[in-house]
Amino acid sequence: MTTPRPSPPPPLRSPADDPTPGEVALRARGIDVRFGATTVLDDVALDVRRGEVLALVGPNGAGKSTLLSVIAGDVEASAGTVEVLGRPLSDWKLRELARSRAVLTQEHQVAFPFPVEDVVRMGRSPWRGRPEEDADDAIVAEAMSTADVAHLAQRSFGVLSGGEKGRTSFARILAQRTGILMLDEPTAALDIGHQEAVLRRARAEADAGAAVVVVLHDLSLAAAWSDRIVLLCQGRVAGEGPPSQVLTSTLLSDVYRFPIEVLPHPATGDLLVLADRRSAPSHIDRDLTEEAAR
Amino acid sequence: MTDTLTSPGTTPEPDSSARAGRGVGASTPRPRRLGRTTLLFAGLTTALVVVSLAAAGSGQLAIPFDEVIGSFLHRIGLDIGTMPTHPRGDDTLWSVRFPRVAMAMVVGAALAVAGAVMQGVFGNPLAEPSVVGVSSGAAVAAAISIVFNLSFAGTWSIAVCAFLGGLITTLAVYALSRADGRTEVVTLVLTGIAVNAVAAAGLALLMFIGDTQAREQIVFWQLGSLNGSRWQYVAVVAPLAAVGCVAALACARSLDLLALGERQARHLGVDVERLRIFLIVVVALLTAAAVSFCGIVAFVGLVVPHLVRMITGPGHRVLLPASLLAGALVLVLADLGARTLVAYADLPLGMLTSLVGGPFFFWLLRRTRRSAGGWA
Repeated sequence: MTTPRPSPPPPLRSPADDPTPGEVALRARGIDVRFGATTVLDDVALDVRRGEVLALVGPNGAGKSTLLSVIAGDVEASAGTVEVLGRPLSDWKLRELARSRAVLTQEHQVAFPFPVEDVVRMGRSPWRGRPEEDADDAIVAEAMSTADVAHLAQRSFGVLSGGEKGRTSFARILAQRTGILMLDEPTAALDIGHQEAVLRRARAEADAGAAVVVVLHDLSLAAAWSDRIVLLCQGRVAGEGPPSQVLTSTLLSDVYRFPIEVLPHPATGDLLVLADRRSAPSHIDRDLTEEAAR
Repeated sequence: MTDTLTSPGTTPEPDSSARAGRGVGASTPRPRRLGRTTLLFAGLTTALVVVSLAAAGSGQLAIPFDEVIGSFLHRIGLDIGTMPTHPRGDDTLWSVRFPRVAMAMVVGAALAVAGAVMQGVFGNPLAEPSVVGVSSGAAVAAAISIVFNLSFAGTWSIAVCAFLGGLITTLAVYALSRADGRTEVVTLVLTGIAVNAVAAAGLALLMFIGDTQAREQIVFWQLGSLNGSRWQYVAVVAPLAAVGCVAALACARSLDLLALGERQARHLGVDVERLRIFLIVVVALLTAAAVSFCGIVAFVGLVVPHLVRMITGPGHRVLLPASLLAGALVLVLADLGARTLVAYADLPLGMLTSLVGGPFFFWLLRRTRRSAGGWA
């Protein structure tokens, strides 16, 4: 892409999975989700291709997490189809699906005091009884060092901080070694260094042929690490395309109902997405803000 | 493409140091914990054998330890050791003591495994068959078969009824106490109160309409006792418990994954709904095995898995078999206490376990409340 990125760690995927870049790994069409009278998603279409990082962005309640739940198979859509690697989601066996896609959820809780290493190792369970199982130790160790939780290996999950829990879950997802990654706010509760590390790894997975879909709130992060952005607004797709096309001041200000500036970084040219505080003196006064946006 | 996947030419920067530390961080503690686990299993097995033989020798007719061993070895075809010197010694051992000790082992193992499985299914360390009312539910159904003289399945009738009662109660608790895929402590405990209240009413009604003999038997249920254990009862209970334990052990890995949460377990390939229903049947089976001839022996399923978890960690592949052994050991000990603490009196076993388990439950409740930040 535009900026030279640090070289990724070599992913240890088996050659059988050797992907064709650009092939659609996840396809959703005409997705409607209604909870009672509320329409959460309205005729949403989504393609995630191998080799790309797709960022799902949008205001709170836009339906990002719901869309991720639908393509992960957690929430049944009221209408529409989801295909994983060309097969309808309902045709997949759960175990088989677990070897093809990993999901990082927003909540990270473990009911009993399992040590971090055991939690990460649980990511290997779909591979049990297969030849890939032999590499378990190496993969678990690699995932833990990538997520920077190796030093917490014997710590009980329950006593970790929010960020450490998030990183442990991320390590578990990595250990699953799947060609499709679905990450729901992987950077939540992480400090800036770990945010970058997590997204760099997601990027590296995509460069090695994985299809990555990631829900993000930080638009500058989305601009820096994704190939394509899908902007959701009130359950509909409000914009789709490369970051430079979707992340425009006009569109974002309209969707987020808050004045937003998009600037290129003076040195690197990276897109910076900032709240325009000059034209919105008060965060509370929504009406004023809307006036300003218009 | 394949080159970039396999070539180690690109060295990631946070990786190298951590990769060197892999041996320290990941592999060294494994053998240590494995060693501790082996030690625990060896210790539990030895303790169980010794305590069982000692328990078989104690009572109003005391039989020395070596004579118990001698009698046991002679019966299994090895002519080693001294036979009991007392004329009724051998007979007492084989018609009264050994079946009782065997029953204690089977019931203790079944209850402890049932507790561990239930805690895994509910994702809640306070779930236990007697706390949530499954034991009472099974006891009500067993009492029905007594009062109405149901004998559709011979000696198995009571066990079958207890199983059905336990199953219905477990399903009810499961349906009533879960919200958003998890069970909050307060909901679980309150559901237990409600279920226990209904079961108590059922038992009261059955005592009211039953004849004197049935009434006596129901009282015996509520107290819980291993008095009067016979080999033919052990022959009914042991297969039930064995099937339940094997089924539970087969699900150990899935139970671990369930700890991550319902969605997360599904993402790792676990058919959560099927697993849950299957394990509920297992809990009902194990509880029925324990309740059908011994009545309600409370809190074993709470205390034992909890103590074991403190030593082995929460992984179910170790927790379940260790709980099985520890449960058997605890109940053999408790029954020994029930028989010998007061001379010429057979104290109710359920009373003893509740005496210890009640305060323990209270302590756990307080601790859970503190660590979970409220009644969550």
